[in-house]
Amino acid sequence: MNIGAHYNYWVAIFLMMTGFYVVITHGNLIKKLIGLNLFTTSVFILYISLAKVRGGTAPIIAPGIEVYSNPLPHVLILTAIVVGVATTAVGLALALLIYDRYGTLEEEEIRLKDDSL
Amino acid sequence: MNHLPAIQVIIPLLCAPLCLLLRWRTGAWLIATIATWATFGVSLVLARTVVLNGAITYAMGGWPAPWGISYHVDTLSAFLVLIVSGVGALTLAFAYKSVQREIRPESLRAFYALLLICLAGLLGIVLTGDAFNIYVFLEISSLSAYALIGMGQRRRALRAAFQYLIMGTIGATFILIGIGLLYSLTGTLNIQDLAARVEMIPASTYGNHTLITAFAFLTVGLSLKLALFPLHLWLPNAYTYAPSVVTIFLAATATKVAVYMLLRFSFCILGQRFVFEQLTLGNILLLPSLAAILVASLVAIFQYDIKRMLAYSSIAQIGYMTLGISLNSHAGLSAGILHMFNHALMKGALFMAMGAVAYRTGSVYLSDFRGLGRRMPWTMAAFVLGGMSLMGVPLTAGFISKWILLQATLEAGWWPVTAIILLGSLLAVIYIWRVVETAYFNPRHEIEHGTEEAPLSMLLPMWVLVGANVYFGIDTSIPLQMAQRAATILMSGGTL
Repeated sequence: MNIGAHYNYWVAIFLMMTGFYVVITHGNLIKKLIGLNLFTTSVFILYISLAKVRGGTAPIIAPGIEVYSNPLPHVLILTAIVVGVATTAVGLALALLIYDRYGTLEEEEIRLKDDSL
Repeated sequence: MNHLPAIQVIIPLLCAPLCLLLRWRTGAWLIATIATWATFGVSLVLARTVVLNGAITYAMGGWPAPWGISYHVDTLSAFLVLIVSGVGALTLAFAYKSVQREIRPESLRAFYALLLICLAGLLGIVLTGDAFNIYVFLEISSLSAYALIGMGQRRRALRAAFQYLIMGTIGATFILIGIGLLYSLTGTLNIQDLAARVEMIPASTYGNHTLITAFAFLTVGLSLKLALFPLHLWLPNAYTYAPSVVTIFLAATATKVAVYMLLRFSFCILGQRFVFEQLTLGNILLLPSLAAILVASLVAIFQYDIKRMLAYSSIAQIGYMTLGISLNSHAGLSAGILHMFNHALMKGALFMAMGAVAYRTGSVYLSDFRGLGRRMPWTMAAFVLGGMSLMGVPLTAGFISKWILLQATLEAGWWPVTAIILLGSLLAVIYIWRVVETAYFNPRHEIEHGTEEAPLSMLLPMWVLVGANVYFGIDTSIPLQMAQRAATILMSGGTL
């Protein structure tokens, strides 16, 4: 197996691990959301890669074209993108409220403020 | 054509925007209540049809299965729908007063709309026969749950909601990856097609790499969602700081639906041979389940916030369910499935008692319970009976599922596991007793919060659940038969 032949999957894995790392290591809530976005986006690339058929084109019936890429994963990922947008929106709304009530977005400081009560 | 499976999801989904559009706040509650009772009614008809005539397959929009999304309702789905919509209906009846006290008036309508969307999502997961549709409904229910938890009165609720959002999204994304890999391997998303094509993959020494990776992602993602022991960290905060009504609803339904997904994916899609014989999911689940029963019960004993204590107890109870699955026997599975039903009954009743106490005293710390045995006799009596069901005292529902689980472990010859189940029950006696002792035998609180019993609109649904706990502890034939039939279907790979 040629490792370079599947570089698109390596890109997906790299993005995913980067996003995961950001979520775990960063204490800032907005940075966490950015990491989470990176994490979910990598899955979109994974799905789109799965759909690619070498030499295939858009799935529209036209004379002379016989190989098509699979459109279904594209449709699935459209749904997943919508879900991702909604998740980010809810996350940002919560972060905004947290900033309102705590005056900070740093996880450590939020914890200190709760514990000091 | 019988449209019941679709109607079941559509009712709450359509009533949710109605709640928002209406300017009348009591009207929002009214619509939500009518919608949940309607879904409960539909679920009863659905369960009856499935038990009498076997599984229903419904093609959404009239599109047949490989192209359209099909809904597949077998005994397991019907059982779960019954739990979810039943608890939903009772929660909404309970909600009126409690929500008035705990939610700001301007967000009342949004609250009921979100609750309905969450209900629609949970029902959708259970009813659908399409793997990707499961993911979509999972996100619908999760996103509304994050927002609902964030509506708690204390600012810690926001922190808990954010924490849950991060962990929940990671879990859901893992599930999405798993489904994608399954699709890449088989080229279908329909659960029945998936099962047939996964079975055709030849068994080699190490198995198919893609299939193993899909299994790993799905199991970890679902374990996060169902709060299996080391992945439970989001649960205690979320349940403690969420509004009482949200805690009742989520504790009784959300984790059960996640357990359902685990059952569906491992038995009906990946297949018992692959999951249990080749990859030994039984052994993988066993240790976290036992750790959940012991550690979470121990932690519960040292909690002073009683809602938090019950949240830890929920983690322990989830341990019993996954333990039933890990046994990989008919008896073990029946016990696990029956425990989903019984746990919904007892935790529903207990968290409703918490909601009533919070309504009268403002908080649910252990010290608030002093003298409550005399001041709120009906609420505390409900707590005692619900607690007895939690411990597994005979003549309560909790006893039946634990008894079957014990028999299943004995059948498998796992003596140490039997001992741990009994130990877990003893620990439950300790943490419930702390509350009972404070409520009945401690002198009254110096500060009187008012001496009234909770309002009737809260007591009634609470006592319906308590009554169900006792009734299904004495005459257990209906849920037990449904659980056993569901187990039979799962053991046969979901083809019956």
